Amino acid sequence: MTVFDSNIPDGPLADKWQNWLDAHTLVGPRNRAGKKVIVIGTGLAGSSCAASLGAQGFKVKSFCFQDSPRRAHSIAAQGGINAAKDYANEGDSAHRLFYDTIKGGDFRSREANVMRLAQLSENIIDQAVAQGVPFNREYSGALATRSFGGVLVQRTFYTRGQTGQQLLLGAYSALEHQVKSGNVEVFNRHEMQDVVLVDGEARGVIVRNLITGEIERHAADAVVLASGGYTNVYYLSTNAMGSNVTATWRAHKRGAYFANPCYTQIHPTCIPQSGEYQSKLTLMSESLRNDGRIWVPRKSGDDRPPAEIPEAERYYYLEERYPAFGNLAPRDIASRAAKVVCDDGLGVGGTGRGVFLDFRDAIIDQGKETIERKYGNLFEMYSRITGDDPYETPMMIYPAPHYAMGGLWVDYELQTTIPGLFAIGEANFSDHGANRLGASALMQCLADGYFISPHTVTNHLAKNSEPVSTSDSAFDEVESDVRGHIQEMMDVGGSTSAQAFHREMGHVMLDKCGMSRTAEGLDEALAEVRAIKEEFWRDLRVDPGDEEFNQSLEYANRVSDFFELGELMIQDARRREESCGGHFREEHQTDDGEALRDDDHFAKVTAWEYGGDDPVPHDEALNFEDIKLATRSYK
Amino acid sequence: MNFTLEIWRQFDGSDESDEGRFETFKVEGIDPEASFLEMLDQLNERLSNEKKRNIAFDSDCREGICGACSLVIDGTPHGPQQVTSCQTYMRDFVDGQTIKVEPYRANTFPVIRDLAVDRGALDRVIQAGGYISTTTGPQPEPNSMPVSPEVQEQAMDAAICIGCGACVAACPNGAAMLFTGAKVTHLNVLPQGQPERESRVIGMVEQMDAEGFGGCTNYGECSRVCPQEITIDVIGMLNREYRKAKVKKKPKPARAMTTQ
Amino acid sequence: MLEYWRSTVGKKQIVALTGAILVGYLILHMLGNLNSAFGPGADEARVDWYASWLRDFGEPLLPHAFVLWLVRVVLLGALIVHITGIAQLVKRYREARPANFPAKRIGRSIESIAMLGTGALLLAFIVFHVLQFTTFTIQITPVHEHTVYANLYWAFQKWYFLAIYLAALILVGMHLRHGVWSIFQTLGLDSPSRNSMLRHGATALVVVLVVGFASVPILFFTDVLDPPLTHAALIALPGAFS
Repeated sequence: MTVFDSNIPDGPLADKWQNWLDAHTLVGPRNRAGKKVIVIGTGLAGSSCAASLGAQGFKVKSFCFQDSPRRAHSIAAQGGINAAKDYANEGDSAHRLFYDTIKGGDFRSREANVMRLAQLSENIIDQAVAQGVPFNREYSGALATRSFGGVLVQRTFYTRGQTGQQLLLGAYSALEHQVKSGNVEVFNRHEMQDVVLVDGEARGVIVRNLITGEIERHAADAVVLASGGYTNVYYLSTNAMGSNVTATWRAHKRGAYFANPCYTQIHPTCIPQSGEYQSKLTLMSESLRNDGRIWVPRKSGDDRPPAEIPEAERYYYLEERYPAFGNLAPRDIASRAAKVVCDDGLGVGGTGRGVFLDFRDAIIDQGKETIERKYGNLFEMYSRITGDDPYETPMMIYPAPHYAMGGLWVDYELQTTIPGLFAIGEANFSDHGANRLGASALMQCLADGYFISPHTVTNHLAKNSEPVSTSDSAFDEVESDVRGHIQEMMDVGGSTSAQAFHREMGHVMLDKCGMSRTAEGLDEALAEVRAIKEEFWRDLRVDPGDEEFNQSLEYANRVSDFFELGELMIQDARRREESCGGHFREEHQTDDGEALRDDDHFAKVTAWEYGGDDPVPHDEALNFEDIKLATRSYK
Repeated sequence: MNFTLEIWRQFDGSDESDEGRFETFKVEGIDPEASFLEMLDQLNERLSNEKKRNIAFDSDCREGICGACSLVIDGTPHGPQQVTSCQTYMRDFVDGQTIKVEPYRANTFPVIRDLAVDRGALDRVIQAGGYISTTTGPQPEPNSMPVSPEVQEQAMDAAICIGCGACVAACPNGAAMLFTGAKVTHLNVLPQGQPERESRVIGMVEQMDAEGFGGCTNYGECSRVCPQEITIDVIGMLNREYRKAKVKKKPKPARAMTTQ
Repeated sequence: MLEYWRSTVGKKQIVALTGAILVGYLILHMLGNLNSAFGPGADEARVDWYASWLRDFGEPLLPHAFVLWLVRVVLLGALIVHITGIAQLVKRYREARPANFPAKRIGRSIESIAMLGTGALLLAFIVFHVLQFTTFTIQITPVHEHTVYANLYWAFQKWYFLAIYLAALILVGMHLRHGVWSIFQTLGLDSPSRNSMLRHGATALVVVLVVGFASVPILFFTDVLDPPLTHAALIALPGAFS
């Protein structure tokens, strides 16, 4: 297994990245225009990577399936972005951010990667401000910060409740600047179908032009996947309708290992599901937990209006169980606690799957104006969606699938097991371990995109490689596979839409491979997902015409990959006989219901090699030199 | 709830010159809590069952921030509530109502199919100056350039634009002034935006003209459909910036120094 | 400058600027008209004196009636630019939307919808107004040079002239209620803090203008103002034409 090396540089933990930078190979300015890079996806990671490479003078082709790069789902991130700037004078540091991230990830991430992330966090804020991102300010004009789930310092920078939007628009504007400069070409409404390998290296992609249906070939010297996460495998999630796993999954099928697919994050503060045909769940920023108190009635079936339930009959379960962190407990813990109380029959709302998030006390303590200033737009959004007024009655929330910590396995250089194929942002597995802390995703995407991949991709480009033409036979083969797959879907000729199958699979995944999992349930889930997949290939209906704008075909194409990914997730969850972060196996818990890790056997990354029904697991041991493994406690 | 839908259909794939027409659909048993797009999803699922072509429409985040959804519902871009189409709920309509659903109507936004349009023109307006031309690299410490909360608020009130294009669709003149004004305001009020203040507004205005957008007659309809409630103050700002940029005397290039 | 004119935003600003010139003239015109309210006078009507003062203004430094003609040329120029600009803009606006799908009116004010209509009618009125009181082409009631007061007095004895002028003032009011505020918005002279003041200021200005203009014909029609002096009336005796 020579490809399976995490390539972590030598030296003390804090110096590793600088050491790597000092030693990596460069491409001279005159030679850059001759080097081509393909970037898939235009979210925070993809836009920032394409813009940064373009600014250096490389020729970049940037692809997104949306109608504009600005619509990538990074735009929906609300809360904020972490950076260890210590503006609040709390003694914060890169090392603390590093430690919090490792601990938050339940000691299942690589020290070296996370340290680099923490060190780069400060540069991200500087970069974003220089682009005109209007971060909230204090009266002095200095940047404002607030605290966010799972940490004890105020290191989260924010632009109202729309931090992801503003950071993405910053990266998007940098991208469009490079388009204007002629270094980047954007292909919107183009979806990657497959990656093309020449002599074992990634040298191009096959994409489908979603407007004309044309299958196009694009050659390059390196391919960067920034195609996001896969939580849409659950059907109902906070992801966008189009969020999909196709780019990473097809790369996986060509040889890129897929790491820790079972690590998915279920976000605690989402609006509960209301109806059968609901297409997505909406997240309410976690920042609400700073002032809102989470509770359920102590008595099952208590249907009095919440305001009439006396204090003594309210079960503030997070505050009681985790006195130190209380309502700010990390996401995985808060989510599971909500599930537990609802499983115990204490849930509220029409479906019994909801808990109260109550601002009554905060309004009394701080005044309605303060609360309105802090959360006004979130309250407005909540009442738009549910028709309830959170100033008067508590919000109802329930966890929803939100983020995938798993993804393509990458080494320290963010390179997959396919040379020349990089994965950045949520598409890779690298930094969040088994659970991601709030306000860390934006940080990781931008660190990967602005400050890491531009250098590691350069390092790869510096190797002399023969130019590849799109008429190479490797392109013929992959294109014919892509066409074959599309034709297969067109040929089924059934009468059920892909969305219906997707919904059915999502139910199984959420139920049996969601917030808590059992060996038995996972075995059932695998059989059920396979049965639904079989039915999919028997009764799928897509609109006729593959060489035209055909959204039903796009959807079916994505769902076909979700089935296969779902199977792998289940197998990964089955194999990991421990509970850690977002992965909770009921067999492995302490007496009081907390996750029980097994560091002796599972302090490792599982990277799966594609093998159809029988994927092959490979383990990468996680070596902790700086940090002592400890039971994660937020009590 | 039950509804009769009159939905615009265009380009069934066989005829490039298809000028489009309304088709009538009846939907029944719709959950009042369903969003407008979920209602269309349900209709599409039924059409699949009946082996009929799905209705094409754009959507992505379905939480009102990505700006992909772009319906015109009963003549109003996005719908009756001044929120995005995806945040329009069926409870906003009367049971049994007939609802007309159209794509954005603007010559700068050609129809791709049915209700999906091409809004690439807006990206090109951004390319013409909607950025600060900094590149990735070491940047100054942010607190060395203080920004008062008032200025930050003003920038943010404009920066929240989601680029959905409803302003263009609502404008009787097909103008993109609200969109462009919002971007100009966002960047031109911040200290970081000052060096390119003039080239930005001139470039973006010229690009609007090149794309074929109309101009502003101060009706304010753009602002009344804007899901982000951006006001036409940003258009005033755009006008001011353009006037100042154009009226300002350009510095004469210094005579090149020669060695002789 | 040509570049400015070619851009949609620039052209609209020039339209706004010429509009501002026309509005400025209207204010002066209205104030001048109020001279009529002083009545026929003992010797010469004040408005007649005012009219000749306008012609003599600047003499002997400037040729006779120079300022008057200067104003006329500027006004005509402004009007032509205003109308040409709008015509070109409207063509552009129409090209930006598919013809068969007019935009639904979403809270558009009546005045703003009617801008083109009120503008066109006002143009027709201006032609009529000039033919009547500047070139004396329309001699339904007697109109002559140097006898402004008499011209006005006899004209506004007729109900139909009163009606035409009052109708025109309604058009002016509508056009300017949207137009005056628009000038500030289009030239970017507004700001969020001043906007409501500008809106109300525009409405106030329009009210002052309309009331000021309307008062003169109404005062004549209701005989609040006395008939012109005899020696002036001799020249403009209604009987001479009946």
